[in-house]
Amino acid sequence: MRLIEQIGEWFDRRLQVAAPAREIAEHSVPRETASWLYVFGSAALTVFLLQVVTGIMLAIVYVPSASEAWNSLQYLNHGVTLGWFIRALHGWGSNFMVAIVLIHMVQVFLFGAYKFPRELTWIVGVFLLLMTLGMAFSGQVLRFDQDAYWGLGIGASIASRTPILGAALVKLILGGPIIAGATLSRFFALHVFVIPGLLIGFVSLHLLMVIKLGINEWPMPGRVVRKATYEKQYHELTKKDGAPFVPYAVWKDMFFAGIVVLAIGVCAVVFGPFGPTGQPDPTIIQTVPKPDYFFLWLYAVLALLPPALETVAILGGSVVVIGGLLLLPFLSGEGEKSWRRRPIAVMSIMLIAVALGTFTHLAGYSPWSPEMTAWSGEPVPEKFLQARTALERKGAVVFQAKQCRNCHALGGSGGQRGPELDAVATRLTRDQLIRQVLQGGGNMPAYGNNLNPAETTALVAFLETLHPAGQRPARDASQAAVETQNGENAAATRP
Amino acid sequence: MENDNAITRRGLFMKLGILFNGLVAVVLAVPIVRFLMSAVAREHQDEYLSWVTLGPVGQFPEGETRLATFRSPYVTPTDGKTADTVCWVRRIAGEQFQIFAVNCAHLGCPVRWFPQSGLFLCPCHGGAYYRDGKRAAGPPERGLFTYPYKVENGVVSIEAGELPTPGGPSAANYKNRERNGSCV
Repeated sequence: MRLIEQIGEWFDRRLQVAAPAREIAEHSVPRETASWLYVFGSAALTVFLLQVVTGIMLAIVYVPSASEAWNSLQYLNHGVTLGWFIRALHGWGSNFMVAIVLIHMVQVFLFGAYKFPRELTWIVGVFLLLMTLGMAFSGQVLRFDQDAYWGLGIGASIASRTPILGAALVKLILGGPIIAGATLSRFFALHVFVIPGLLIGFVSLHLLMVIKLGINEWPMPGRVVRKATYEKQYHELTKKDGAPFVPYAVWKDMFFAGIVVLAIGVCAVVFGPFGPTGQPDPTIIQTVPKPDYFFLWLYAVLALLPPALETVAILGGSVVVIGGLLLLPFLSGEGEKSWRRRPIAVMSIMLIAVALGTFTHLAGYSPWSPEMTAWSGEPVPEKFLQARTALERKGAVVFQAKQCRNCHALGGSGGQRGPELDAVATRLTRDQLIRQVLQGGGNMPAYGNNLNPAETTALVAFLETLHPAGQRPARDASQAAVETQNGENAAATRP
Repeated sequence: MENDNAITRRGLFMKLGILFNGLVAVVLAVPIVRFLMSAVAREHQDEYLSWVTLGPVGQFPEGETRLATFRSPYVTPTDGKTADTVCWVRRIAGEQFQIFAVNCAHLGCPVRWFPQSGLFLCPCHGGAYYRDGKRAAGPPERGLFTYPYKVENGVVSIEAGELPTPGGPSAANYKNRERNGSCV
């Protein structure tokens, strides 16, 4: 024991860090901040350290070459002892990191912690969020599989829409004219050197400010932030009702960090590593590329935006969102901190959460995409074929063979791109059906060039039978008028 | 302290030192920036695009659309499989072709040809195109990208080498710009 103390003293005499370190550890924080709601920042830092460690381990085996990367991932998964586990830890660590950074940000926003004098802490935090997302995307690229390849294509297509600079930007991102070896190499450099280096610098800055400015006090309704008085009030608060950070508050951080790392480990063991999916071979086009979960919302937004708005929304939207986040502390740097007195803040968070959640959910089953195998894999339900004429059944065959099913569901199965057709005859008259099939419109392709008259007749005859029993199909109003005038019974002529 | 504006010997040397370091930085920055921007540099632009052969005309039956593979003309040593690319070859009649990029004009996902319905469909966001590449439905703002082609001695070649992107390098090259909503 004595020896350890002596060694410690020997080092501290030269390093002189013990006293300032103790001062930082024992600095007084407002008592209520020793809360389970104040643990997300330290948890994010812990996961970052885990990512650094697992990342270095992966780099020992991984080969950042377009011709070898996929094989080296397979080797990691199957050939290296516990390689699959390290990959799983790194992959799940990335998911947890994005989630925890977002939760941390929401907590900071709702607790008004971005207000004076912590504006710069928030701004640095916004850059940390962008870097975290940058790590997530570049990490997905390093998992060089089909999703990575086509994901890069999507990224390049988005970048190409930048006015004037678009074409140059694409080549700069790809490192050449196509997605290839140079692309992977530069994303490797970004993921392993550039962004982590920036992250370490910005995290240090972020922490420095947390220590210098103090942890944000628990907001109380009515305790208003004023630039002239805040610092004095905060100082008094920590004096009157403060407690040393270590050990008073830190144990909760430690427990939560431990739980998070444990959860990542459990996910890694239970669910295993992510991919790689198919080989990054551009000649294999039977693929449905999808981004990782933190970009799924964007994938959905890109499908659902009106085409003409897309470029404006992508380029303008990111400027508005990032600019808004950076400007936030300047727009509301003073005033109420408590969420109880900030209804717009609370509602904004709810709106954003619901929107992101909905888009992510939609992207999970992408109803806007045709179901490519429905026409050959999902037969027309029997009930739509019973008691039908030969012509109508021929129409059902045309319906399948021309792949209408890929976009239109029948009896609950098939694509969801277009409307379900179980009751289409109650919505469209015969003439309207013919027009819709031949000319398309309303986001449906025209089939006029691809159907001969006999096929069209049969198909429309089949579609006309698609109405619930007891509900009459739609009819042209003028036709009804003519029939009434001729003294015919409308119900008798049409079933 | 005398006059603050007075130039002292040490002050001057410090300023000269800063200036000297700045000069060295600029001298080094020139090659560094040129290295970083080499993928965009003008001297490369001619190397990127060139004519590649797809195969004899006979490989492509008239009235049908077939997938053809070609190797990108601009290849680096570590490209591996990624330099192999595919395109959709539609032989209309005789030596009349339309050769489409597989990359959707929306965000670049690979479109698939369905001869049964005569449509190209994209798996990502549901873009759809007619057999002649014109936009049929979905988010794309234009038709499929087409490669310039030529038929010489019975062999089909295309001018290719750049990733076709909506606003990108080749959007002007890869025509088929007409927008077509409802009628064919």
